[in-house]
Amino acid sequence: MSRRARLWLVAVGGAGLAALFVAAALDLPAFGGDHHPYGDRAVHAALTRRTANVIASVNFDQRAFDTLGEMTILFAAVIGCVILLRRTHDEHRGRPAPEKVARPVRRYSLLVLPVALLTGLYVIAHGQLSPGGGFQGGVVAATSLHLLYLGADYRALERVRPVALYETGDAIATSAYVVTGLAGLIGGSAFLANTVLPYGTFNTLSSGGTVPLLNAAVGMEVACAVVVLLARFLDQTVEIEEGNGK
Amino acid sequence: MADAVIVVALLLVALSATAAVAVRDPARQALVLSVLGLVLAVLFTVLQAPDVALSQLAVGSALTPLLLLLAVHKVRRRGKKEGHHR
Repeated sequence: MSRRARLWLVAVGGAGLAALFVAAALDLPAFGGDHHPYGDRAVHAALTRRTANVIASVNFDQRAFDTLGEMTILFAAVIGCVILLRRTHDEHRGRPAPEKVARPVRRYSLLVLPVALLTGLYVIAHGQLSPGGGFQGGVVAATSLHLLYLGADYRALERVRPVALYETGDAIATSAYVVTGLAGLIGGSAFLANTVLPYGTFNTLSSGGTVPLLNAAVGMEVACAVVVLLARFLDQTVEIEEGNGK
Repeated sequence: MADAVIVVALLLVALSATAAVAVRDPARQALVLSVLGLVLAVLFTVLQAPDVALSQLAVGSALTPLLLLLAVHKVRRRGKKEGHHR
């Protein structure tokens, strides 16, 4: 395709998209109004199932199937990364020498690590009660482990992070979500239906039926997925060296 | 008052997003991206969406820049090695 034709194609496509966007924006309700038909219904549904965090109710109850899709996307993306970033036969694994870490960096990263890890686990555990949940807490918990790389060195990180274990954990957590969904199908009414477990007392850790379970499964899946993802990237950056060209 | 905060947050987002595009060095871009993640998290909090703000903070200002920096490091190391052999 010539340069001219390509420019025309971009111009026509862009103009069409812009026109659609403007048309859609003109029909939107005004910014910051107090009429929220969808919000009102979501809050009502969350309260009848005694889930304090309405967002968690939307994610893990009203649209649990949607979350299954998102979870599977992350799972597939991590598998893709693992395959792409594996060590090929003409690469070899070097032994990185420990770098000297500045004392303040070492002190503060080792000080922040347990706090960050605890924060991540707290955010996962309280996903059905307060803002946050499995996804956010999982990312925080997984990245907090990597402060060890910053504060100590790569060897120390590798010792607390057996990647095979996290790969298994990733798969188990994804399966746990599906199994909880199947329990809804067998014991209740439909796949991922929140009718199997009692709803419990409002605003306690065990409230919301299957919401805490699905939330925990997502937390474990995301934490494991991020650890595996970062492990592959770190492997490529720190350890794997290319063969000396054949 | 609340409107003023929203306007300031929106302006900060526009500013840091433009900076992220304007900076050409990938390593610096990763750092600007992490600032953009932080500012977006502030905007989401101001708009009363703390759940999204938390995701943005964790992914946008920690995870993505980290992955970018690791990738940049790997590419640069390879470039250096090839230059050395020649």
